Amino acid sequence: MRRSGEKTDLKRRPRPPMERIKENAVAWLMLAPAAIGLTIFLAIPFLMAFQLSLTDTRLLSPNPPQFVGLGNYRQLLRIHIIPMEPLKDPVTGEIQRDEDGQVLYPRPRTLLRSDRRYEGLQELAQFHLFGRRFLVAAGDPTFWKGLTNNFYFALVVVPLQSAFALLLAILVNQKIRGVNLFRALYFMPVVVPMVVVAVIWFFLYNPGVGTINAFLKAVSWGRLGPFNWLGDPKLAFPSIMLLSIWQGVGFQMVIFLAGLQEIPSELYEAAEVDGCNEIQKFFFVTLPQLRNTTIFVVVATTILAFQLFTQVQVMTGGGPGEATMTTILHAVREGRYQLRAGYASAITVVFFLIVLAVSLVQRAVLREERAIE
Amino acid sequence: MPHGLPYRLRTTMKAVLNYTVMVLLAFFFAFPIVFMAVSAIKTNETQITSDVGGILAFVPYPLKWVPPVNRLDDAPPEIREAYTGLGLQNFFDVFRRMPFGRFLWNSAFITTTTVGLGLLVNSMAAYPLARLQWKGRNIVLAVIVALIIIPFEAVAVPLMLLTTRLPKPGGGVGWHDTYIVQIIPFIADAFSIYLFYQFFIGLPKDLDEAALIDGAGRLRIFWHIIVPNSRPVFATVAILKFLWIWGSYLWPLLVIRLPEYRPLTVAMQEFFGQYPRLWGDTLAFATMTTLPVLALFLAFQRWFIQSVAATGIKG
Repeated sequence: MRRSGEKTDLKRRPRPPMERIKENAVAWLMLAPAAIGLTIFLAIPFLMAFQLSLTDTRLLSPNPPQFVGLGNYRQLLRIHIIPMEPLKDPVTGEIQRDEDGQVLYPRPRTLLRSDRRYEGLQELAQFHLFGRRFLVAAGDPTFWKGLTNNFYFALVVVPLQSAFALLLAILVNQKIRGVNLFRALYFMPVVVPMVVVAVIWFFLYNPGVGTINAFLKAVSWGRLGPFNWLGDPKLAFPSIMLLSIWQGVGFQMVIFLAGLQEIPSELYEAAEVDGCNEIQKFFFVTLPQLRNTTIFVVVATTILAFQLFTQVQVMTGGGPGEATMTTILHAVREGRYQLRAGYASAITVVFFLIVLAVSLVQRAVLREERAIE
Repeated sequence: MPHGLPYRLRTTMKAVLNYTVMVLLAFFFAFPIVFMAVSAIKTNETQITSDVGGILAFVPYPLKWVPPVNRLDDAPPEIREAYTGLGLQNFFDVFRRMPFGRFLWNSAFITTTTVGLGLLVNSMAAYPLARLQWKGRNIVLAVIVALIIIPFEAVAVPLMLLTTRLPKPGGGVGWHDTYIVQIIPFIADAFSIYLFYQFFIGLPKDLDEAALIDGAGRLRIFWHIIVPNSRPVFATVAILKFLWIWGSYLWPLLVIRLPEYRPLTVAMQEFFGQYPRLWGDTLAFATMTTLPVLALFLAFQRWFIQSVAATGIKG
């Protein structure tokens, strides 16, 4: 990418100082509108996010904002794992059990209220380890739920969608009749606005009598379904994943297609001479040649996973419960509806740091590749 | 693939299998769009909701043209029954229930202005970066590449706060509920500059050299020589930005309350949230929101696909 330098530098000829000054002025003049725009609407808000996240700024508040230090981050990131003691009979000291013989524990809320150290914490989850029960309590359980969902989304969607995109790219890279039509069809959902996609799939996911339910019933001879796709906490998020893949995979397909077309055909010919079959050609020629493209696709899809917002906002509003909550949805709720701009900024700063980490990993991996070459 | 078969038969079977997979995938990608369009032209709401439980959801029937009439949804069942068929009833109802034309105009105006001004501003910024020698070029370029990483979501909340404090052109303070708040922040855009930059550095050097000798100024060279030779990158940037702005939802949700300035996406969600939720009307709305982009896509398919391919060729 940096081969630019040599290519564009006009041949070094001695230039009169007036011309140089003029050239400088012209350059800045042409750059000015974009530079001003990027400064006001990107650089300044970006720095503001850090500053705001250290205050309790509210939208539309008459009171001046107070500096709260790392208070927002403390609430956001605070998490405690508390061992739970079984309930004991106050007289005999015996462990209490219910009718099924299960050990009884105090209610999380009671436990959190019992100790001043736990002030401001709410239940996030419970788990068993080594025969003991633990309570996970957080300053902002919604944030953790959202972040976990983003990771869940990335973990499922990134490999699935990338592999699917590669498969599609290979299919539409064949030199066969009508391939352009298929390419256009697979790409078509990309141009449909996400709000519209969310609305269409909301109807398709209709519980009871719905198109997706009908399809599953038909292909399973009546054994599957009907499911309450968006109303079931276990199914809601996977349902969102499916439509996200449907909408986004065409984009990655085209990027892979561009990568495939850059592979020199001599490589395939050489592999054929060496007696490789189709599968070996894929693993020994195609995949290694697509390395950079794959890294780009994986990183771009991972970042998209953390930006997840429109689908959940339109289809489920983060529900049922908080089953489809995401980081950005939480930030928008806090910022726009609770008017807590300071706190919402803290959420988006954490979001940015994650995106930054993902991008840095990409750059490191690509650099390593260059070093090897 | 059984190997004992003659070569001819084997290749035929391969082709059949290949096309079967591709056609099945085509169904997978097309079915939601077909469902939307077909449901939108069915005039009877009851029919739509019962058709979704089967293949009929994708079949436009009964084949009878029904012109739109007023207040069909409130009519008694026997009247609605008589008006069952295909027609623009749902589209008509959308216009009756909401100022759809206004939303369409808002989206069209915001998108074309942002794309148009963006092309001008960003290509102009990329020119000195790619083709002029000046102090600070490398630093500016590095900053622009670094800015690409910042996702819009990371600046949305502070930007929302910032725009409430900016002076309004017509007097007063606060950009919320205006067109400019949906246009101006998105004109300059680091990724567009980068795409232009990459294209401009590939243009042959003699292009500007010759003109310089003829005594042309830099702006003239840019306008009369660089721009006409860079149509593909202008198309790429225009298409990517068009898709982005036309579909943008988070930002107008944050800063637009009044219907006067509301774009189609937010109006779509609003309409979808209204009860009773009528499938036909909502899907007619969705169809009309998609149609402009889909039509453009079908017309400039090759360009769309090339634009997306261009985003991947980085590094």
